[in-house]
Amino acid sequence: MNKLTNFTKGLWRENPILVSMLGLCPTLAITVKVENALGMGLAVLFVLVMSNLFISLIRHIVPDQIRIPVYIVVIATFVSMVEMVMDAYVPDLYSRMALFISLIVVNCIILGRAEAFASKHNWLDSILDAVGMGLGFTIVLILISLIRETLGTGSITIWGDLALNFNKHNSPFFSEFYVSPPAAFILLGLILAASKAINSRKEVRSK
Amino acid sequence: MTFSELIVMAFSAILVQNVILNQFLGTCPFLGVSGKRDSAVGMGLAVIFVITLSSLTSWLLYYLILEPVGMQYMSTLVYILVIASLVQIIEMFLKKAVPGLYRSLGIYLPLITTNCAVLGTAKNVVSKGFNFLETFIFSLSTAAGFLFVIYIFSTLRSKVERGDVPKAFKGIPIALITAGIMAMIFAKFGLLNI
Repeated sequence: MNKLTNFTKGLWRENPILVSMLGLCPTLAITVKVENALGMGLAVLFVLVMSNLFISLIRHIVPDQIRIPVYIVVIATFVSMVEMVMDAYVPDLYSRMALFISLIVVNCIILGRAEAFASKHNWLDSILDAVGMGLGFTIVLILISLIRETLGTGSITIWGDLALNFNKHNSPFFSEFYVSPPAAFILLGLILAASKAINSRKEVRSK
Repeated sequence: MTFSELIVMAFSAILVQNVILNQFLGTCPFLGVSGKRDSAVGMGLAVIFVITLSSLTSWLLYYLILEPVGMQYMSTLVYILVIASLVQIIEMFLKKAVPGLYRSLGIYLPLITTNCAVLGTAKNVVSKGFNFLETFIFSLSTAAGFLFVIYIFSTLRSKVERGDVPKAFKGIPIALITAGIMAMIFAKFGLLNI
């Protein structure tokens, strides 16, 4: 039971974006295409799982005073690995969001989970926590990018050439505004408000 | 770059290509410490120090060490270590030399290590192929853009939060929508013909 909640809490109850409001920079920046959201989500998921696992394994060896620099070096190592792998296998996707892939190092979600969870729990719980948080992050990224890409360009790019296109007649229903920076802020604001409203309604009902 | 191109680059880094509103870097401190005007200004000033110094140091390290030995793939790791130690050094220096400034900036300095605007700018100056002077101007104006926007935003937020906001929108959601409207205004600076 406890193992299950370690996994599921990241999906909704402690979702990194909707509830903790961490990692908002990539959420705002790269969600113009579903493909970007998938790539970023998987990259974060990988780094999160590996760094949580390692930090949980070395948690008794690392002295308390220097734990943050050690965590950052561990995270930066895995991020560099992701950078190299993505550059080699998905160069198009990588070149579109190279900056934000390297910024996973300073993504508060990863350092936050290392500090709040992996440094206090065993490796299995840490992996479950990381997978839950990573999937929670990915799902919200995909949700936002679905809205933005559909309304912004009238298409859904799932991966490479695998894409749906609704905008056959250049309909005025689709507007470039949705893929512009201001729309990212406003849309994320609306989504956070919606999740807050759902949560407070749940609380009222449980009373 | 000629002198006039440098000026244009500086202004576009402050207004049109603003770090927060256009590049989405440093959103966390932008939303986190903009509640009070004093803390927003403190954070902004600390960020100016750190962004400028860390970009220059990263530039030097990249062109003097990483590139000659062909270890460009280590750049992320090296930059984050530079930033973390630089923040530590600045903190110790200010504590000793300018205690007044340290007291007002002190609590914001450690937070800067995980400010993605800092690592982002260090990465940007190298990937854009700037020389040393351009790096200096670009990082300084990027940081000035950060201070400018976080200051305006903190004054807006104190007004917005006094208003009658629906319960679900209280806090971060309404702040994000305010930021979105600000981003629209800042994007329109691009239409001015400089």
